[in-house]
Amino acid sequence: MKEKFNIVGKPVIRQDAFNKVTGQAKFADDYNYPNQLYAAMIRIPVSHAKIKSIDYTEAIESGLVAATCDSSDIPGAKKVGPIRKDQPVFCDEKVVTSGDVLAMLIGENEYELKQASKKVKVDFEELPILTDIEKAMDEDAQIIHPEFENNLIVHYPLRKGNIDKGFEESDHILEQTYTTPHIEHAYIEPEAVVAVPLEGNRGIKIIGSIQNPHTARKVVAAVLGLPLTKVRIIQAELGGSFGGKDDTMNILSARAAVAALKTKRPVKIHYSREESILESYKRHPYRLKYKVGFSKAGKLKAMKIDLLADGGGYSCMSPFVTWRSVVQATGPYEVENVWTDVRAVYTNNPYTGAFRGFGSPQPIFAQESLMDEIAEIAGISPIEIRKINGFQKGSVTASRQVLRDHEINLLKVVERAAEESNFLSEWNKNKKDQSNAPSFVDELNPIVKPEHFIHPSNNVKRGIGLATSFRGCSLGAEGVDAAAAYISVQTDGSIYLLSGLAENGQGLKTTFSIIAAEVLGISEDRIHYLEQDTGIIADSGPTVASRSTLMGGGAIKDAATIIKNRLNEVALKHFNITDYDVLVYRNNTISNTENNLKIEFSELCQLAFNSAVSLSAVGWYKGPNVGWDEETGQGDAYFTYVYGCQVADVSVDMSTGEVYINKIVAVHDPGTVINIMGALGQVYGGVTQGAGYGLWEAIESEKGMIKELNYDLYIIPTSKDIDKIEPIFIEGEDDHGAWGAKSLGEPTLELTSAALANAIKNATGKRLFNLPLNLEEVLLSKKLRPKDFVRESSK
Amino acid sequence: MKIKFTLNKKKVTAEVESTERLIDLLRNKFQLMGTKEGCSIGECGACTILMDGKAVNSCLVLAEQIEGAEIITIEGIADGEQLHPIQENFIKAGAIQCGFCTPGMVVSSYELLNENPEPNEEEIKEAIAGNLCRCTGYKQIIDAVKISAEQLRDSK
Repeated sequence: MKEKFNIVGKPVIRQDAFNKVTGQAKFADDYNYPNQLYAAMIRIPVSHAKIKSIDYTEAIESGLVAATCDSSDIPGAKKVGPIRKDQPVFCDEKVVTSGDVLAMLIGENEYELKQASKKVKVDFEELPILTDIEKAMDEDAQIIHPEFENNLIVHYPLRKGNIDKGFEESDHILEQTYTTPHIEHAYIEPEAVVAVPLEGNRGIKIIGSIQNPHTARKVVAAVLGLPLTKVRIIQAELGGSFGGKDDTMNILSARAAVAALKTKRPVKIHYSREESILESYKRHPYRLKYKVGFSKAGKLKAMKIDLLADGGGYSCMSPFVTWRSVVQATGPYEVENVWTDVRAVYTNNPYTGAFRGFGSPQPIFAQESLMDEIAEIAGISPIEIRKINGFQKGSVTASRQVLRDHEINLLKVVERAAEESNFLSEWNKNKKDQSNAPSFVDELNPIVKPEHFIHPSNNVKRGIGLATSFRGCSLGAEGVDAAAAYISVQTDGSIYLLSGLAENGQGLKTTFSIIAAEVLGISEDRIHYLEQDTGIIADSGPTVASRSTLMGGGAIKDAATIIKNRLNEVALKHFNITDYDVLVYRNNTISNTENNLKIEFSELCQLAFNSAVSLSAVGWYKGPNVGWDEETGQGDAYFTYVYGCQVADVSVDMSTGEVYINKIVAVHDPGTVINIMGALGQVYGGVTQGAGYGLWEAIESEKGMIKELNYDLYIIPTSKDIDKIEPIFIEGEDDHGAWGAKSLGEPTLELTSAALANAIKNATGKRLFNLPLNLEEVLLSKKLRPKDFVRESSK
Repeated sequence: MKIKFTLNKKKVTAEVESTERLIDLLRNKFQLMGTKEGCSIGECGACTILMDGKAVNSCLVLAEQIEGAEIITIEGIADGEQLHPIQENFIKAGAIQCGFCTPGMVVSSYELLNENPEPNEEEIKEAIAGNLCRCTGYKQIIDAVKISAEQLRDSK
């Protein structure tokens, strides 16, 4: 049984809600400084070119420009990147992707700067454009970055068992290919940052819409050639990120900083929506080839997986994103023989990086579609196939990690989702109801014939489908995994709290305040959560990988426990007793019920201060060890996992191909729910983004140039697109972090597209292989644009 | 040119350029930063304000056009320190995550409940369909508006 909590698990309103609902919350673009200048970017309208020269003469003569800024103004590193330093802050040799920036004009008036930027003359030579990932590794492929011998960014192999033997022992072998598109984060707040030079030799202060202030600090310090302590980054209220305001913002911060130091004045960069979509990185498009062998009964015997990810112009987070794919590519199923290769390559397409899901939505779409096909061949239900193959306690993953030390809830989430959605009877009913799939357009003779007309009573088909996943929590073997928290209790019992992880809108400040308040038995409104500031708190790694509640939560609990231990001593002395086990922290009071003693929390704090007991502390949480062998892809990838199952109930219009979502049942096991209101919000939001991924969203660049530069063409879900979302939480007894609270943000998104694909199959009898499952895909099984981006549908 | 209008119940004047947008007038000259710019083409609704009681995208209105109009921004929705029930319920229902779309959402909801005190769920969805939110999935926002409608009816 769960221990009895005071606040944990209850609905708690957000600390920042009042400011946000009254318009007082300050986002990056709401900060302005006296004497502030603006920057306008200089780009060229091609995705691959050699830069010969930049001529500012005419722009400068216009009198509207205070300064120009390009790579010659950079005192330190001219190129940056999380692994490979392949991305220039200002391009000076080549442009390799459409958003690339060559230089900036700095001036007083933004509008005038935009006019002046048209007068900058760039002499460049266009180079052959590589947009097809399949051709990136060809012998004669254009090398995007000549400093490397080919276009390979990274290759992760995984080898388990004997793949040939596995296929030999299989009764059936199924091979399929899937594709997924570029996806835009589409946070509603476009990027903004202000760099303020500090007096004398104090360095620079930067305020911005920055997801990971400590990472931004590293990048800016390297670019400026300054020690980390001379770069202070403060996070403004962040208007959505979803993984998107990381690398782009680090580079924008560096550009603003270079300009600020050059002009000795504050410099602001803020992007229009068009610039935001043009320059910011996207979710990776994948081409996914699966070959799977299984027995008559549906037991998986062998999986050969070949995943190819489009890294675009820069390596960025590709090495991390694709690593999660290699770990999770087989899905939550035990397979004896696995042979996986995941590669990311350079192209001239928009570059790709972190995006909620992080290398999982793509393989899940493929492999969960595949599981339903296997079930069909084996003649069993989608539930049965997952029961036969799904992870249980003691199961061995593709990387030979034995699953133990956490609750393996896979079958639990599947059963619960099935029960809640009446899955089997709905699935069977719709399946029986199947008619011919919509596909009435003959390409050579696009005239609709009478037999193609659909009777109105037959026009809307209902379908139900499910998808399930396991997901490694936090960074796993991809990085150092630890976090810090700072707590400072005041003499009136109010508390400052801060962790090295950032509030990106998800509700971290509130979640962390609840954890500290729970430990100290106080109400959460006594806690004032501070702004993320690299000058105050220790680097805790990035706010990514759904790791905050787990890692940061662990650090907060540690910090609050340190304080509690100190207060215990003070209380024992005050009560004149010796056994602190009998002290109860509850309702802002510390009591000893045995002796009927009690003291207000605030009084105890004053007493502690008067006794010279320190009331501030830094907490630290480090995850258990993990490991990975790069050669064989074997190891304990993550120290704990979460499991999820989503069921999609859809109606498909057979004459237009339009899919309407009636309901998504989302069952997740986040360990312990800290704030039920925030947890529900994560599910509603994640499922909605997942539905956008499944049905509507795609960046369809042509010759590397993005066409969907604003919300008129890039379609994200509105309030009218999904009828119901039903979140269900399975809580458990794990003990990592804060009372076993684990990941939730990303699991909610990664499953939806696969569940939708399976539901559409159930409704129409048609298996679809290429996201998004928009009207043309459902009706014609192909994409009508763009012409130069060849997608491969399965035969 | 010089324009006169009512801004959050106060009569004000401003010197504006013929190309100046209302959103810039509000943010830059009146320092009303609650009105947000998300797309500049009237698709996202983050800059929604009330112009003579109608919810409009302030990125698509020229400053000149508001001569004599009554403008209410997010800063004018609360009655002094007293939050409007819509604001209260956005907070209580968990309708806020990053908060960037929130001012526009609140203003659109405010217009809806002024015009239609008894909206059904479809009407609520329709009223905020021009306000994009990437965080919440809209569910808790719709709940907040629903509860607000009930409370406002009960208080009459």
